[in-house]
Parts: sequence; structure tokens; C-alpha cells
Amino acid sequence: MSDHETATPTSPLEVRGVSKRFGDTVALDDVSFDVSPGELFGLVGPDGAGKTTLFRILTTLMIPDSGTATVLGLDVVGDMWAIRSRVGYMPGRFSLYPDLSVEENLSFFASVFGTTIDEGRSIIAPIYDQIEPFKDRHAGDLSGGMKQKLALCCALVHRPKVLFLDEPTTGVDAVSRREFWDLLDVLRKSGLPILVSTAYMDEATRCDRVALMQQGRVLAVDPPAAISARYPYPLLALHARERHKLIQAARDYPHAKLVYPFGDELHYSDARTDLAPERIADELRARLTNDGFTDVRVAPIHAGIEDAFMELMGKPARLEKVAA
Amino acid sequence: MTTAIAVKDLTRRFGSFTAVDSISFDVQSGEVFGFLGANGAGKTTAIKMLIGLLAPTSGDASVAGFDVATQAEDVRRHIGYMSQRFSLYDDLTVRENITLYGGIYGLSDDVIRDRGDSLIRELQLDDSRDERVASLPLGWKQKLAFSVAMLHEPAVVFLDEPTGGVDPITRRQFWEMIYTVAERGTTVFVTTHYLDEAEYCDRISIMVDGRIAAMGTPTEVKQKFGAATLDEVFLHLVRPAEASHAQSA
Repeated sequence: MSDHETATPTSPLEVRGVSKRFGDTVALDDVSFDVSPGELFGLVGPDGAGKTTLFRILTTLMIPDSGTATVLGLDVVGDMWAIRSRVGYMPGRFSLYPDLSVEENLSFFASVFGTTIDEGRSIIAPIYDQIEPFKDRHAGDLSGGMKQKLALCCALVHRPKVLFLDEPTTGVDAVSRREFWDLLDVLRKSGLPILVSTAYMDEATRCDRVALMQQGRVLAVDPPAAISARYPYPLLALHARERHKLIQAARDYPHAKLVYPFGDELHYSDARTDLAPERIADELRARLTNDGFTDVRVAPIHAGIEDAFMELMGKPARLEKVAA
Repeated sequence: MTTAIAVKDLTRRFGSFTAVDSISFDVQSGEVFGFLGANGAGKTTAIKMLIGLLAPTSGDASVAGFDVATQAEDVRRHIGYMSQRFSLYDDLTVRENITLYGGIYGLSDDVIRDRGDSLIRELQLDDSRDERVASLPLGWKQKLAFSVAMLHEPAVVFLDEPTGGVDPITRRQFWEMIYTVAERGTTVFVTTHYLDEAEYCDRISIMVDGRIAAMGTPTEVKQKFGAATLDEVFLHLVRPAEASHAQSA
């Protein structure tokens, strides 16, 4: 990887075969991907996927068991100190000083990196403008959404060349989540490469590219639309008034491949990949009506990232079906 | 159907701040009731009052037939509670957690053994019964925590963001467990930030600034606001409140 250190333009992030174990637990299993200049790249997966471990390795807080990774062309093991001054990192847990004011927190993080709020002003402005009215308030007294915005400012104030955000929207309500992603859009337009993780599947669509992760493994790396487009089965949305009965009926259908509830609908994947979805829809509509279901609606749909993720996950090793 | 939760003008103030502002609603036995709202809307304060951990400033609430203010002990004995943050003891095994909670709920040793066995069998945790809970994947932990919260067969179970961070398949399996206990007559009171999950509820309420801004079946709520999804409803209700906060600051 040393040849990349002098190459221009440098890829902001390269991860090559990174693995990490904790005792018997494999936290990361041969993970590889690149982040391109100016890209908003998402690590998407549930708790236990290895997202936080990967962030710790990339921010030089932890050493991989095997594999290599570079940040801005610098090696995460050999060039630790050079990396630390050049990256911004917002850890998953609230990392600010609750007894310091908003402004004091920001000044502190600026001073650690030998700079000032004013010098970082241009990059934090779109976010700091929203919380500046509360600059004298203790950070511990801020609402969830405001805390996230302050933490983001603190990770940005030294004008980093790469930004790492570990689950910035976990536990945040739907509206605040959306506002946070709007802010990331603004930052992306400034050309800053961003690596962001989330357990919310719907947030994948806000990224240029994503790595879908599950239990330490990367299931797919691509633009979210490309991952969804590769969905291998004809997919239909089913609806009937008898919602609980419909789940069982759909699963019992002889050609059913995957059946999952999505809001007030079911997403039904058919094993017959050679049949037109419209034909399968006609067949299912007739069958469900005949079986006494009412308000039946069946329509072919395009897969979303959550459909794709569940298909790629495959069936869990145990616990396929659960009863309370 | 009988009323499992009855709430009338329930209010809680902290100093000059009104966290819960005269909310009223009923939940029927066997109903799955989604309790939604933005961060800071007052959900947690309301739940603390309903499970008998916080006294109301004014108003009334009864859960499983017991008054939350005067019969808090009885309320706590007849409910189950599970949240993402507080559920099981990581350093105890699966079996030990079941025994511990069975004891706390006042079940006899025989009942704990029988229900524990069937719970382990139904969750297919036979091979893991003597493993520390810390070693289980999150999805299993959450399912186990839910089953443990149901161990004493409570009339009402409170689930506070039970599926946060859980993978999408396990999230759906978890909701199947919720349906199963609801069909057996247990009332399920659940909070979530996943608005697609809100669609799985029989009825929902959306709290904004301490008040209930919308309530009904998911379909009724969407129709009332002319929205295609609950996400739209949520945005419509919550954003004006946030905007006025920013102005008043």
C-alpha cells in the first residue's frame, strides 16, 4: 500500500482484508472497500455487524489482527499520529462534556487541535448557526437532536480531511434523523469525504455508496440503487384486511421464497424468477380472493434496500421461526 | 373487551415545565398500542407514570385495573417491562436470568422451571441455556428479554424501543412475538422510532410537546392528515413544534 502514499489524488480511505477478533467473537471478517474523494459512504447494518470496530481501526484507536487500511494514503498502524490530526470522529456514544456550555465544548475541541472556533467557522457554519442561539446552555441540557449537531461541530471544527460518524442518528426520532442527513448533504457538497454508519436501513438511500454489513462480514458494496436493482426474485406488495392471516397464507403459497411484513403490507418474493411479476400478481390476487380475503391488493414493486439486506442475510443459523 | 389502560387528564410538571399535559386515552385488552413521539415529547415521563415509577401531578390513570398513584405496587406486579437499555443481566446465564426474574415476580420454583423450560424451547435456546447472556447476539437477547418480561403472564406489557439496532429479519420476528402474546389477550404498549413498525399496531398515538396530537388506527391517522405514510404525518406534526422552539429560544 506504500505506493498510494505519494499517489495523487489520494483515495481518502482504503480497507483491504481487515479482520479483528475478540476472543471467540469475529468482529470483522476480511472486510474490504474504498471510499472515493468527496463520497458519502455508508456502513449499514445492525448492532454487532462490526461497524464500531471498523471505526476504531480507521481512527487508529485499535490495531487490526490482519489486513491493511489507509486513511488519506496514511497507514492506520504506522502513521497513527499523522492520521489523528487529519480526521474528524464522532463516536456513537455522547462524547461531549455535559457540564460545559455549547460554546465551551466547541472551544475545547478546537484547542485540542491547536485551532479556534473562528478558524473553523466556515466549515461548521451551516450546523453551528442552528445551535448558536443555545451557546451558553450546558451540553447536558440539550435535546437529542441538538446534542448530535454539537457533536458534529466538535468533530469538524479543526477542518478535517475525512469525517467519521459512528451511528450519529441512533435513538433519534424520525424528524431529527432527516434533518441530520440534510446536514450531511450540505457537508458532502463541500467535497469532504464522509464515512457514516447506521442501523436504519432507510438511511442507506441517502449515501452515494454503502457497504451492507452483518456479523463482521460485508454482504455487498455499491450504490444503494444498484444493490436494490440486483434483487433476484419477482417482488410483490400484498395487502388484505385480514393482515395476520395473510402472512401465513402467503408463506404457505407453494412458490413463496421470502415473505416479510412492511408497514401495512407484505413483501412477497416468488421463487419463479422466469415469470413476469404481473402474471404472478394476477395469480395471487385470484387465489387470495378465492380464499376469502377481502380488500385484496397485489402489485409488483421494486425492491428497496431493506428487501435486499434481508435477502442477502439469508436465514439465521438458528431461530428461523420464533414463537413467544 | 375490557379496558387494560385508562388514562384521564394525566399531567406531570417539573417546576414550571409541563412534560405531560393532560393526556387522555384508553387501551383495550389484547390491543397493540403504539406510543409515538419525537425525542423530548414526554413519552418517557408518561410511561414512568403508567408503570408506577413517577407520581402524576394531576389526573388519573389505571393499568390492569389498579390506580397508578395509589396502587403502584399492584400495577408493577401485573405488568411486564422491557427496554433497549434495561433488560437482562449480561453476566448471568440464560437460565439464571429466568430464575432471577421469576423470583422477583414472585413465581414458585416449579412454575419458574416449567415456564423457563418452555420459553427456552420456544426460543430454540436449548444449546445456549448455560451461556452468559453477554455472548448472545443482540437479536436473541431482545427476544429473550421480551419472553422474560412475559414470564409472570402480565396483563399489560410495556416495550420501550424494543427493536433499536436489531437487524431487519429479527425485528420482524420480534413483532410476530408481539402479535402472539396480543392474541392470547395481553395488552402491548410499545414505543418505537421505526414508523413502519407503527403500522403494525392496532392503534397509535403521536405525542407532541406533552400532548397527544393524533390518535387512532394507522389508517385513520393517515386519512386524517391526508398522508400516504405515517412518516409524513409525523413530519407534519413534529416539525412545526421544533420550528417554534427555535424561534422562542
